[in-house]
Amino acid sequence: MKQFSLLSRRVAALFLAPGAILVGLFILLPFFWVIFVSFTNRTLLGRTALNPEFVGLQNYVRLFDPATFFTRGQFGSSLIITTEFVLLSALVGQALLGLLLAWLMQAIRPGLKRFVEAMVIGAWILPEVVIGFAWFAFLDYDNGTLNMIMRGLGLPPGDFLLQQPFWVIVIFNTWRGAAFSMMLFNSAFASIPPSYFQAADVAGASSWQKFRDIALPLIRGHVVTDLILITMWTFNVFTPFLLTHGGPAYRTELLSIYNYRVAFRDFEFGKGAAVGVIIMLINLVLALIYLSIGRRKSKAEKEAAT
Amino acid sequence: MASVVFENVTKTFGSFTAVAGVDLSIGDGEFVCLLGPSGCGKTTSLRMIAGLETPTSGKIFIGDQDVTGLHPKDRQISMVFQDYALYPHMNLADNIAYPLKVRGESVEKRHGRAREVADVLKIGTLLNRLPSQISGGQQQRTSLARALVYPSRVYLFDEPLSNLDAKLRLEARGFLNHLQRDMGMTAVYVTHDQAEAMALATRIAVMDQGRIVQYAPPIEIYRRPATTFVANFVGNPPMNLVPVEAAHGDGQLLLSADGLALGGLPMSSGVATALQASKALTLGIRPEHLTVAAPGAANAISGKLFANENMGPESLVTIERADGSRVTARIFTDDHIELGADVTLGFSLEHVHLFDSTGARIPADGEMPL
Repeated sequence: MKQFSLLSRRVAALFLAPGAILVGLFILLPFFWVIFVSFTNRTLLGRTALNPEFVGLQNYVRLFDPATFFTRGQFGSSLIITTEFVLLSALVGQALLGLLLAWLMQAIRPGLKRFVEAMVIGAWILPEVVIGFAWFAFLDYDNGTLNMIMRGLGLPPGDFLLQQPFWVIVIFNTWRGAAFSMMLFNSAFASIPPSYFQAADVAGASSWQKFRDIALPLIRGHVVTDLILITMWTFNVFTPFLLTHGGPAYRTELLSIYNYRVAFRDFEFGKGAAVGVIIMLINLVLALIYLSIGRRKSKAEKEAAT
Repeated sequence: MASVVFENVTKTFGSFTAVAGVDLSIGDGEFVCLLGPSGCGKTTSLRMIAGLETPTSGKIFIGDQDVTGLHPKDRQISMVFQDYALYPHMNLADNIAYPLKVRGESVEKRHGRAREVADVLKIGTLLNRLPSQISGGQQQRTSLARALVYPSRVYLFDEPLSNLDAKLRLEARGFLNHLQRDMGMTAVYVTHDQAEAMALATRIAVMDQGRIVQYAPPIEIYRRPATTFVANFVGNPPMNLVPVEAAHGDGQLLLSADGLALGGLPMSSGVATALQASKALTLGIRPEHLTVAAPGAANAISGKLFANENMGPESLVTIERADGSRVTARIFTDDHIELGADVTLGFSLEHVHLFDSTGARIPADGEMPL
């Protein structure tokens, strides 16, 4: 079968070349370079800066050394913090809050809906640094907005960044990312024919029953997509560094921040590359799990197929 | 089952008035069709009975209960949607039983009831299928089954047959007719298909621009259309409407129009009143009351043949008059007539309808109720 094409192969290749070169140079090459470096003891300074040696799996073995694995500031501790951070701020915070907001928005007046959407998206489109600084200003002990409000209400002020750093970054990331989930679920709900909900209304269903029986099953694919995206983003997010610098005492040192410290503070490139490769593998596994959930057929579909 | 009453109901969307001060009373066990062109307010009226729209002003009663501000789920009503609104992720059994599920019935009980209803509607063997795996006619019956599965005071139908092909539509129409009379259900049925309304309804409410133009049994709508709008909307093809100039003569009414040969019509008080306002009347004759007549016949209208459509049992013969307007006759003939040939269509005086200059029907003297 002859395929219709706009361009000859040669011209097409010419147009593709600039993009391909950039992608190759800045994405593909570093990708393989990192994997390669993770098997060496390359550093910035010292003897191994110029002549790195191939050390096999040594970097990986050290990361998983049981003696130091769970110590604060080590890889294992950072992995646990990151897992908790992803579960609480991405899955519970962003996805659940986004879903709830999107569902509530189905019932409100269009004008109010647009206003709420604009406010929530505002939190999402602002640059990372601006948001980091805004939250820093909000939470500051002496002059922070939150403590001014607390004092105004006669409540004792708190040094949140020092006392509850983990919860600060969880709330921060929920606030930051819920808009994306909300918008995604909002458009997913909007794609369901209104007559589905009207038929349920007439049949006597409550709002919760409509949500559980109709809305949620019909947007399952969107939920999976959302979870893949926000899990990846949250797993790799670096912005909490602007608030807490990973501290105090490594209590908010996420894997991305740990990776940054190892590679660009301690300048242990080999070890840092190994951390990067592990983060990449974790992301890959998570994506595969979500995709398999998304492809799984519902019970009714399975029964009907037999 | 219960009655439905509209009390001066108005519904506006922004500056658009969808329903304008409608009064309507639907008796217990009646099958009422809301008939009209798109945008006439029939669907909005139905959705206000369901509670999917709230009237801007006025009141709606179901039985003796004022339901004007009540949520749909508290109204004890059923509705069949134009697109069926079947849930694509549930099999037919779950779709049909969904109203029972939200009422907290057990799985055995609701599936048992779904099976009963499905058997009546002849979809009992399909209960494990998904909506996407069955035909349009079966989907239609599934959505009907979902409406019938629980006790309901009023059954609402929003153009339920419009997505079916012609043959299935006839079949489903007959079935609905039987079911409604069998169950004695109060039904409100929205359609733009006048044949559907004629076949199903005990009374038809013809709507135009948010108002009810005529509310009467089908036979009355057909025989005594209240306005030229109703006359033109009901009937297939619609009634021929010919503008005529009226005059008195020897106590008789004389009507003249191009190509029209008409003896005197009896004068009536209605005509006399109408003539005081204007001499311009409208003459209406249904296509089925016209026959091909000899040239020069009395009580006839003539023109040149515009089209001759043979439908099998009958033909639609359309003539074009000198002013370009057309008159169609439905006749039982398969004679070949040349395009452009002179054709005279005759009628008998008892089938003549008269409308005044505002389009309202002029009743004959001493007209008995049908």
